Amino acid sequence: MTEMVYGALPQAVGEPILPRWWRTVDKWSISCVLILFGIGLLLGLAASPPLAERNGLDPFHYVQRQMIFGGAALVTLFVTTMLPPKLVRRLGVLGFIGAFIALAFLPVLGTDFGKGAVRWYSLGFASLQPSEFLKPGFVIVCAWLLAASNEINGPPGKSLSLAITVIVVVFLAMQPDFGQSALILFGWGVMYFLAGAPFILLISMAGAVVLLGVFAYNNSEHFARRIDGFLNPEVEPTTQLGYATNAIREGGYFGVGVGEGHVKWSLPDAHTDFIISVAAEEYGLILVLVIIALYATIVVRSFLRLIQERDMFIRLAGTGLAAMFGVQALINMGVAVRLLPAKGMTLPFVSYGGSSLIAGGVALGMLLAFTRTRPQGKIGDILLQRGLR
Amino acid sequence: MTRTPLRPLARILDAREKGENPDVIERENLRRRHDEMRDKARLRAEGRLLVLAGLFLCAFLVVGARMAILAGTDPTEPRAHAPGARIAMARADIVDRNGRVLATNLATYALYAQPPMMVDPIRAATELASIFPDLKAEKLLEDFTGSRKFLWIKRKISPEQKQAVHDIGEPGLLFGPREMRLYPNGRLAAHVLGGASFGKEGVNAAEVIGVAGIERRFDDYLRDPANGDTPLTLSIDLTVQAAVERVLDGGMRMMNAKGAAAVLMDVNTGEVISMASLPDFDPNNRPRPLTRGDQSDDPLFNRAVQGVYELGSVFKIFAAAQAYELGLVDPSTEVETKGPMRWGKFTIRDFRNYGPRLSVTDVIVKSSNIGTARIAVQIGAERQRDFLGRLGLLEATPVELTEAPGAKPLLPKNWSELSTMTISYGHGLSSSPLHLAAAYSSLLNGGTRVRPTLIRAGRVERGERVVRPEVSEAARDMLRQVVTRGTASFGEVPGYAVGGKTGTADKPRPQGGYYDSKVIATFASVFPANDPKYVLIVTLDEPEETSGTEPRRTAGWTAVPVAAEIIRRIAPLMGLKPEIAPLSPTGVTLTSN
Repeated sequence: MTEMVYGALPQAVGEPILPRWWRTVDKWSISCVLILFGIGLLLGLAASPPLAERNGLDPFHYVQRQMIFGGAALVTLFVTTMLPPKLVRRLGVLGFIGAFIALAFLPVLGTDFGKGAVRWYSLGFASLQPSEFLKPGFVIVCAWLLAASNEINGPPGKSLSLAITVIVVVFLAMQPDFGQSALILFGWGVMYFLAGAPFILLISMAGAVVLLGVFAYNNSEHFARRIDGFLNPEVEPTTQLGYATNAIREGGYFGVGVGEGHVKWSLPDAHTDFIISVAAEEYGLILVLVIIALYATIVVRSFLRLIQERDMFIRLAGTGLAAMFGVQALINMGVAVRLLPAKGMTLPFVSYGGSSLIAGGVALGMLLAFTRTRPQGKIGDILLQRGLR
Repeated sequence: MTRTPLRPLARILDAREKGENPDVIERENLRRRHDEMRDKARLRAEGRLLVLAGLFLCAFLVVGARMAILAGTDPTEPRAHAPGARIAMARADIVDRNGRVLATNLATYALYAQPPMMVDPIRAATELASIFPDLKAEKLLEDFTGSRKFLWIKRKISPEQKQAVHDIGEPGLLFGPREMRLYPNGRLAAHVLGGASFGKEGVNAAEVIGVAGIERRFDDYLRDPANGDTPLTLSIDLTVQAAVERVLDGGMRMMNAKGAAAVLMDVNTGEVISMASLPDFDPNNRPRPLTRGDQSDDPLFNRAVQGVYELGSVFKIFAAAQAYELGLVDPSTEVETKGPMRWGKFTIRDFRNYGPRLSVTDVIVKSSNIGTARIAVQIGAERQRDFLGRLGLLEATPVELTEAPGAKPLLPKNWSELSTMTISYGHGLSSSPLHLAAAYSSLLNGGTRVRPTLIRAGRVERGERVVRPEVSEAARDMLRQVVTRGTASFGEVPGYAVGGKTGTADKPRPQGGYYDSKVIATFASVFPANDPKYVLIVTLDEPEETSGTEPRRTAGWTAVPVAAEIIRRIAPLMGLKPEIAPLSPTGVTLTSN
């Protein structure tokens, strides 16, 4: 009554940020991400003590770091999910530019940590892998360009995005990091497919990828050795792959028991690239299937939610992020079960690694920001908005 | 699709009329078209997103299924593998013509050590030294405690030794499975078989490779996994080989010879039924080659194949047969044998004076150098050379031994008239006993060429003709007479009609000229002479028969009795029936009571 008489203060339009966030965000996906992070910590407890012991550190050194980085990643994730899509786009583009500059200076300032590929900046307390941060930014930029090209009198976004893709892939291939290159190419392909690529073009592009693969096979020893290792049906049991596959067999359906696994003692990358083998050995097929189900839920739910999305940029960017996230997980697990050739790729949000975790937080945060429920011009939306006003 | 223009003229004009801003109309139309496009794009994206979602779901399902399959299979223990290709251990057996095993494989173990895994190197070293007396404990301990990560201790160990090593209980001592080549007959046919040793060696396997003889020559065949179940069948007869080696060994000792060789060949097929060379060796434990002294005294040296000697008078039959073949003489033609025969500054003598003339048959029977030389002069160098070539005496034998291609006959550099004469009685041309066996077979089997082989032949085609059948028969007749009334009278074996030719050749000195008291005594025989089945060549190196007042070295006293004893033993083994004149019925006394 008072308001009617004296006139009300201008009411803030819309509801407060947190309740609206809670109402619109994909709660299933967020739960999945949290569970994955939890599993990652659990597996880190199992997989990293041998490495810490080898490096003369406290047994749970890597778990502690994982928790610190994980906390940072989760904060990043939650903050990012709350950002409006336009702001995400702006920050994403800025992030892409920053990450690309970092990538371009890698050959000069980066280190290879004795692993044969210059992929990291050593910051003393931690190492930074620019290509991890490049991925979400790259998706945003390409989605923006592709969406813009569909506008009336828009820029030639498709060619521009392709040019950016090629440049990024060339830089990544120079490291060499063919796994990330393939991931970038794949992400662009998915977005282009969704932006309405003609089928003939898609088929010829698939052909080009095959040709590129053959070229890389013939010209890079690093690459050829891995492909050969994959094509050889008799896996050498003393290679990383041999141990990884054997660990899965050793684990069986219910695992050998917590802390009883052996593979973590033999594999230098047990806590990163081959963490799924540790999971399979100690906790059995059960946990592996749970992990697969979590990834599948996040990816498929994101796709289904994006079907409703009217805004082309949001749809493209969301799809690109979800596809890259899913494919990275698929590649990592596919390598462990010998469906794919050996590729140094982490299992997002589960593998140990600061860059990987925080970049994963950024990417997933963006994805969840895009998959939030928002008005799509449907009658229900319109009524809901009216009712609120 | 009909597209409305962004600025439809009618509406613009209307708006201008009413004083409204016409740009609003354009913006309105633009917005409408934008919405239209957006809805269309969303509809298209809907389908494609569903496809993507489906694809991802499938991919996750595939990975999950693959995980489940892997989890359901049994793990394999990670083991270190030898780098490179797998080592094939299988090696086919070698059997004799009747399927009796000459060479086979035996599963055994190699012993190796990994010092970093050792618990008690001192104890391991002392225990090992007590199991294997040839190992030194100090040396082992040095290896075990040094920087070595891996070392072989024994290539082959017996099951008892393996158990003993196992009982040490040292985790750093490990066994690798091995296939070992085993020659169950020991020294028998050692030179034919050669021997085998390990090639590429890994922890889990080692390659067995042939090092000499048949094993080396047929290495590829024997190692081919496709031939694993089909043994290599040789023409050798194990029992005959055993008898030949036994008798030859006894003969060599009795005749005080330093070496001996024998070749038994099927006259029709060229199959070598037996080939012996003494001294011999055990192929299970092949000795190292001699590093000093004369290589031809090495036990590894195969005298029958590699021993290229001037074989002496055994060549005379070739001159006689060729002259008859050419129509220059027949067996009864008289030849001048008055000696000594001078040719330039060279003199040809006979062992003793046989009178002024002899028939061709008697030239062979009495072994007259002069008579043979006269026949050779009639033949001429060109034709002689051609004939010996057709008998295979001018090139290495094609027998299937690694050593064979190296054993080329030694020919005179300039095949002069003098060479023709000396070669006719077996000097000036050196060949191996195997060459001689093949040449005798070719001449005596009816006159068709045979090539020596160690592989059991199925059905052999007749080779090209060397001489007419009647020449072959005449040659056999002459050889038979050498035994019945000539130089090889000790060669008579009742019932087997042995025919043959002796040859006693002075050994050449390495520095030129000939020794006075060192000879190569050879007996080249064929039996039965009337229906030839086998040719046997026996060669003794430096024999001396000392039962008489002065040492006798001629083949008739040395090689012939040994050959006769061999034939006596082996002819029944090979199923030859002795032809013995039937007893007259009067000799039979019927008894009854």
